[in-house]
Amino acid sequence: MSAPTQAIPELRGFLHGLPGVDRVGAEARAATLASRSIKTTAKQWALDMAISMIDLTTLEGQDTPGKVRALCAKAKRPDPADPTAPMVAAVCVYPDLAHVAAVELKGSGVHVASVATAFPSGRTSLEVKLADVKYAVSAGADEVDMVIDRGAFLAGDYQLVFDEIVAVKQACGDAHLKVILETGELVTLDNVRRASWLAMLAGGDFIKTSTGKVAPAATLPVTLVMLEAVRDFRESHGRQVGVKPAGGIRTAKDAIRYLVLVNETAGEDWLDPDWFRLGASSLLNDLLMQRTKMMTGRYSGPDYFTLD
Amino acid sequence: MSDMADSDRGGLGGSSPRASTASARIAVRKTYKLYIGGAFPRSESGRSYVVTDQKDRFLANAALASRKDARDAVTAARKAFGGWSAATAYNRGQVLYRVAELLEGRRAQFVAEVRAAEGLGARQGEAVVDAAIDRWVWYAGWADKLAQVRGSANPVAGPYFNFSLPEPTGVVAVIAPQASSLLGFVSVVAPAVVSGNTVVAVASERSPLPAVSLSEVLATSDVPGGVINVLTGRTEEIAPWLASHMDVNAIDLSGATSPLADDLAAAAAENLKRVVKPGDEDWTLAPGLDRMLTYLETKTVWHPASN
Amino acid sequence: MPKFEYAPAPESRSIVSLRESYGLFINGEFGPSVDGRAFKTISPATEEVLAEVTEAGPADVDRAVTAARKAYEHTWSAMPGRERAKYLFRIARIVQERARELAVLESLDNGKPIRESRDVDIPLVAAHFFYYAGWADKLEYAGYGPAPRPLGVAGQVIPWNFPLLMLAWKIAPALACGNTVVLKPAETTPLTALAFAEICQQADLPPGVVNIVTGAGETGRALVEHPGIDKVAFTGSTEVGKQIARACAPTRKKVTLELGGKAANVVFEDAPVDQAVEGIVNGIFFNQGHVCCAGSRLLVQESVYDEVLASLRRRLATLRLGDPLDKNTDVGAINSAAQLAKIRELSEVGEAEGAQRWSPPCELPVKGFWFPPTIFTGVSQAHRIAREEIFGPVLSVLTFRTPAEAVEKANNTPYGLSAGVWTEKGSLILWMASRLRAGVVWANTFNKFDPTSPFGGYKESGYGREGGRHGLEAYLDV
Repeated sequence: MSAPTQAIPELRGFLHGLPGVDRVGAEARAATLASRSIKTTAKQWALDMAISMIDLTTLEGQDTPGKVRALCAKAKRPDPADPTAPMVAAVCVYPDLAHVAAVELKGSGVHVASVATAFPSGRTSLEVKLADVKYAVSAGADEVDMVIDRGAFLAGDYQLVFDEIVAVKQACGDAHLKVILETGELVTLDNVRRASWLAMLAGGDFIKTSTGKVAPAATLPVTLVMLEAVRDFRESHGRQVGVKPAGGIRTAKDAIRYLVLVNETAGEDWLDPDWFRLGASSLLNDLLMQRTKMMTGRYSGPDYFTLD
Repeated sequence: MSDMADSDRGGLGGSSPRASTASARIAVRKTYKLYIGGAFPRSESGRSYVVTDQKDRFLANAALASRKDARDAVTAARKAFGGWSAATAYNRGQVLYRVAELLEGRRAQFVAEVRAAEGLGARQGEAVVDAAIDRWVWYAGWADKLAQVRGSANPVAGPYFNFSLPEPTGVVAVIAPQASSLLGFVSVVAPAVVSGNTVVAVASERSPLPAVSLSEVLATSDVPGGVINVLTGRTEEIAPWLASHMDVNAIDLSGATSPLADDLAAAAAENLKRVVKPGDEDWTLAPGLDRMLTYLETKTVWHPASN
Repeated sequence: MPKFEYAPAPESRSIVSLRESYGLFINGEFGPSVDGRAFKTISPATEEVLAEVTEAGPADVDRAVTAARKAYEHTWSAMPGRERAKYLFRIARIVQERARELAVLESLDNGKPIRESRDVDIPLVAAHFFYYAGWADKLEYAGYGPAPRPLGVAGQVIPWNFPLLMLAWKIAPALACGNTVVLKPAETTPLTALAFAEICQQADLPPGVVNIVTGAGETGRALVEHPGIDKVAFTGSTEVGKQIARACAPTRKKVTLELGGKAANVVFEDAPVDQAVEGIVNGIFFNQGHVCCAGSRLLVQESVYDEVLASLRRRLATLRLGDPLDKNTDVGAINSAAQLAKIRELSEVGEAEGAQRWSPPCELPVKGFWFPPTIFTGVSQAHRIAREEIFGPVLSVLTFRTPAEAVEKANNTPYGLSAGVWTEKGSLILWMASRLRAGVVWANTFNKFDPTSPFGGYKESGYGREGGRHGLEAYLDV
């Protein structure tokens, strides 16, 4: 992958020197792109692509091995009635259930993603966070979704946030690292831009919007800013980083809007599950329903898709 | 209801008192409840009171609001204030104009209710309702003009950009006129909400029913729940709780007379509420700006201009 | 072959029912011309004939003015403001009810993308009528005295770039103040004005209050020069505006003019870059650049020139040009063959003058009038393409070093309609705004319109303001 960069002198100066984001303008651009009309063949393509980009997620206190097994079964065969429906990209679980997912998904091509670093709050020592990461990786996770220290970020201690990401990346070994910014807590789009750059400079493979435990989670304007960041970062540093909006993406219409956003902002190099993911759970059934409607011409209903 | 031309007949619905045959149709009478937070609860006190027409004939049992209902209404109004004041002026104007459309659609119903409440003849009743609708339209059209009439760019003596903007003050309590049950009610409620304030209105004690029907129109319009709340009951019982409430920013005392009005004004001073004092108003005359202005604060902003 | 190819997403034409031919709308009715002739209006995207329309002759114009005068004297000026208001509210509502139909009709006749007519033009039309409806019964509060009176009959001539919106800008305030009108839409875009005439009928507007006389330059001249009108309102080219000013000079007529522009869009080094690029694109490619207030001169601070231009070129590559009725189209057709010829001519001049021309790769349809989004770099103030209004999707790029230089270059034009400023620094925005000689200054945004916001030019961009409380002045005897 890529070697983690050294501590950057003048990190604060660099981040604060990035161009600002005018919120009104960014929201207007996102809204215009959201008004694109994606029909017929384009819609078919987009639905299948969206399904293949899903990180099918369960992150509940009440999760059990049974629940995780059911989710993995759905991940491998989303539509009980149609084997041509693509598999999802990954299953995302808490670290202590990663081993269950690893067994179920072995050989399928579906990735095992585990949250780590005291998800969702991240409020503990670096020692504990790193132990959490190693635990997840040794259990079989090949992707790790970490959270940044938002308190440190908002207090201006960018170096601390940076160093933690570097350390976590190291602890990941061969596993891919997604860095959750928790944009709902960062609030301003200027902060989203800065946190995106910070995460990329520190070596993250993906930048991710949210834990899904804080509202607002993913939004189109936030994702727009993150897509601009990865585009500019590749331009200036020669390394491609992925983007994952997570939380609050419920309908096929939403998902397709995100794909349009990717297409017209970062560009089609990112229109691939290796570079763009959708963190969601109930979204999958809506995508399948739309897919079925396109094939049969009839509106479908929830009884025809599995609730796992 | 269409044969109300026989003006001696009381009530708002009900079979003709002269009908003696078994085939006479019994009307489905309306219950008149409070309107709080977009819903129609009965009073938490479980009480009601008898509303009669000008000839003391029974019209309905209206809810008799308690201080807790008033408290709940203020809470609802405060909750609704953020969204309503943040809406664009255009949006507020649209929403209020739609209320006028619905009032127009229910013109016959309101004419009947106002006539019953105030003892008016047909022509008078129609004139009152037409005036109320037109007044509502007049106020709706102010939403996106107040800032232009009340705001300004101020030519300060320095390299600064300086502008003054009107902003809504918050939650406005309204003690609605006692005699003018619809036109008066509209004239005291609309000027508050047009600029983004939210309202807790106490309807006329004697003649509350047209105000309750107006709240039904509000509930089926696009006015968000809590923007206008309507209480019915004893003015003397309810008004003091609103006048002394520390989360109410302004109060219109039109429906109160001395000595109550003086007591209310004194209580209102505790958190410096903006007060509209009661007067002998002719509601048929064109209103001026004073009610709208009473419920507006002015914010002045400075910013340097330099390269 | 792109990975994510958007399939055609056409808005259906079936919502519009076009007549084969349209008469003139005089005194509340459609009727034939007495001394005019017929002409055709076409779709600039396909060159198909949409309908036959009547060119009003001088006698027709006279009939219309007479009808307007009669309605003014007997019906409209004496009507209480609150009743006039209710007619305008009705019109606003009907526009909303028929919004989709009007949007499709506008895109068919004008060539602009359906997304723009649907999301920008038509909503603003309704909003203008709503806004001015509310003034009709509040004129004593408008700052023009306790009882301001209307002028009488207004003759109004509007352009083809925002046909129904320009109609709304003219008719709404005129009627709110108690005037009656005779309006001539542009000869290439008469259809939404004729649909508006139907809307007046649906609203039961008293006959003669609004009259629509279609036609071209001669009809416009007959209207403007008619002795029976009290007020002339014109939006169009500076050249014609000057002719009108000359013609009206010896008369009592009040005149307002909204003319051309060559606006500077100034981008400072600390601008929010991604939004600034959107603002540049919006400024000159929105409505195919057929906008009087278009940001047709990009003034970019030299220190960020490379970065801004690179972002701009990358952004232009995602613009979609094509069928105006496709919901994904960003850039529609040029309104007429004549306009296309003018754009081409000036672009050739640009190249001849030594500027470097660039367009993103763009497939132009075979039929219809099309021009790709185009940037000229290496432009200086002396170039014709920096001074003359092209009225098309052509951006001229110049540089500057300091704010003072930016102001100087921005103001160095006989025009003065609008300007854009992009910077994160508040004090710089306000400083620039106070020094730019332009009637509209957009800071960190561009091409934003609202019925409450006064719009109009300095210098040869015209005089008078439309929109807001200020917009009432043009139609009151003050």
